[in-house]
Amino acid sequence: MAVVETGAAPPSVAEVRPRGASRREAWQRRLPLLPALIYTIVVTQIPFLVTLWYSFQNYFFDVPGGAHWTGVSNYSKVFTNAAFRGALWRSVLMTVVAVLVAMILGVAFALLLDRKFIGRSVVRTLIITPFLVMPAAAALVWAGPMLDPNFGLLNYLLEPFGVHHVAWLSTHALGSVIVVMIWQWTPFMTLIVLAGLQGQPADVLEAAKVDGAGVLATFRELTFPFLRPYIELGILLGSIYLVNVFDAVRLMTNGGPGTVTTNLPFYLYEQVNNAFDVGGAAATGVVTVILTIIVATFALRMFARVFQFEGAGS
Amino acid sequence: MTAVSNREPGSQWFREMSGRIGWGIVAWVAGIAFFLPVLWMVLTAFKPESAAETWPPKFTFSPTLAEFRLVFAGWGPFVTHSVIATVVSTVLVLVLGVPAAYALAIHPVKRWQDGLFFFISTKMLPIVAAIGPLYVIALKTHLLDSIWLLIILYTAMNLPLAIWLIRSFMLEVPGEMLEAAELDGAGRLRQMREVILPVISPGLVSTALICVIFAWNELFLALNLTTTNAATLPMFLISSVPQEGLYIAHLSAAATVASVPVILVGWIAQRSLVRGLSMGAIK
Repeated sequence: MAVVETGAAPPSVAEVRPRGASRREAWQRRLPLLPALIYTIVVTQIPFLVTLWYSFQNYFFDVPGGAHWTGVSNYSKVFTNAAFRGALWRSVLMTVVAVLVAMILGVAFALLLDRKFIGRSVVRTLIITPFLVMPAAAALVWAGPMLDPNFGLLNYLLEPFGVHHVAWLSTHALGSVIVVMIWQWTPFMTLIVLAGLQGQPADVLEAAKVDGAGVLATFRELTFPFLRPYIELGILLGSIYLVNVFDAVRLMTNGGPGTVTTNLPFYLYEQVNNAFDVGGAAATGVVTVILTIIVATFALRMFARVFQFEGAGS
Repeated sequence: MTAVSNREPGSQWFREMSGRIGWGIVAWVAGIAFFLPVLWMVLTAFKPESAAETWPPKFTFSPTLAEFRLVFAGWGPFVTHSVIATVVSTVLVLVLGVPAAYALAIHPVKRWQDGLFFFISTKMLPIVAAIGPLYVIALKTHLLDSIWLLIILYTAMNLPLAIWLIRSFMLEVPGEMLEAAELDGAGRLRQMREVILPVISPGLVSTALICVIFAWNELFLALNLTTTNAATLPMFLISSVPQEGLYIAHLSAAATVASVPVILVGWIAQRSLVRGLSMGAIK
């Protein structure tokens, strides 16, 4: 793995230096890292410490008198609250479905784009565009011009199939939001898988073909195992972003109808913006962070593995 | 492929060609279907408002720039805020990220792996979880509704990604070049300026590109922490949806204008997009 080798044996560490010099050397090495490290610690960790503090406070924006200590009552509310569990469940559901479908479509598109045909680079460009559209713009355009029951393009296109003026955002709200998530993230998966396909050693595929291996067998035995780290990487990175999806929920359905599309980010947003419940939102946030840390521990391990494999390939 | 088909010309060749054309058609259909919502957005933006909300939807109409004119008349402060927040945060990311990547790649600190994973772990912490307290902190530090708040947060948001990415470019600087510079008696600053930066400058461009995309498109923080003095383009889009009246053409024009910069940049830089999005994992 190129990455580790360069790190473990940089050009100048091998030399033996006197102790004072090595301490100076250590600081010389550390110094360039410090600004970014301190900045990241201050900006990303302090808000979470403050969140921890407020999670034990009773603090509503709209109630005068400020915050006061309330023990674990915010937490007991979180755990007894069906709305929180619902939002958590929907977050998981939306992320898993969107990531998996986007990945399946991504693999399919990547396989198509890996073939030679006329206008391949144009089609590639068309396919990556949804990812580049501003998510807020995508959400609003889908909610209006695309999905509107009265004049939406989708109803028009589906009319020959017996679909008549369906109000997608009220009858299939969760599905509609997930479709937009998939639409925006399939290009990401396509690009990553395509990069994998194009890195596939051609001679091995040649050999399989000469040996008379079928297309499906070649894909199952050679291509898929080769693609695996790329697929893992796509799923990992896609999940990190999609679990935080907010724009589509806020702008397409506003969490509704009812709470049908309320995921965790939107739930937290409402707790702060509509209920002014800083303490409650903080406790929800702490629980979310703890759950995230549990998931992230596995994710980080996956990261280490995926990136090592990458280094070995290059 | 050619070697195989040359051995049995005729039917084999024909099958391969027709297969190629068939799959090409499938790919084109898939690509156009995927692009359709974008195309529809742009088409609708050129419609007069009365032609945008019709059944059946109109595909032929006399195009007008009226809605674009309205958008350009109203987006001034929003686009200014977006440009400032995007550009300044991206510059800050590079200023902080290049030295950090250096300390994790060229002359690595002792526990550089822990450092790398610390940075990436902050990307996994959901910022939404801290939004209430973040609001209170911003309020108390008088940063609420200030462009500096967005700059600070967008910098933190993109820094981990940038460090991973820049580091991956630095690892590609040939060791001989670094050694030669050191033998020449170049200090670390000179080594950075004369050897590393010239080699990784294309990489810095694609790093900046990724940071620009994420900062330009960000809505959650802007919506929660700004109202007027720092409201960005995504919020302009929301304001283009009124409580009543026809708005579809206007919304489409606003959405088109807000999305076009990133779409164009992404089209031009497709190659670096892959590497950037995979944080340097895919070369």
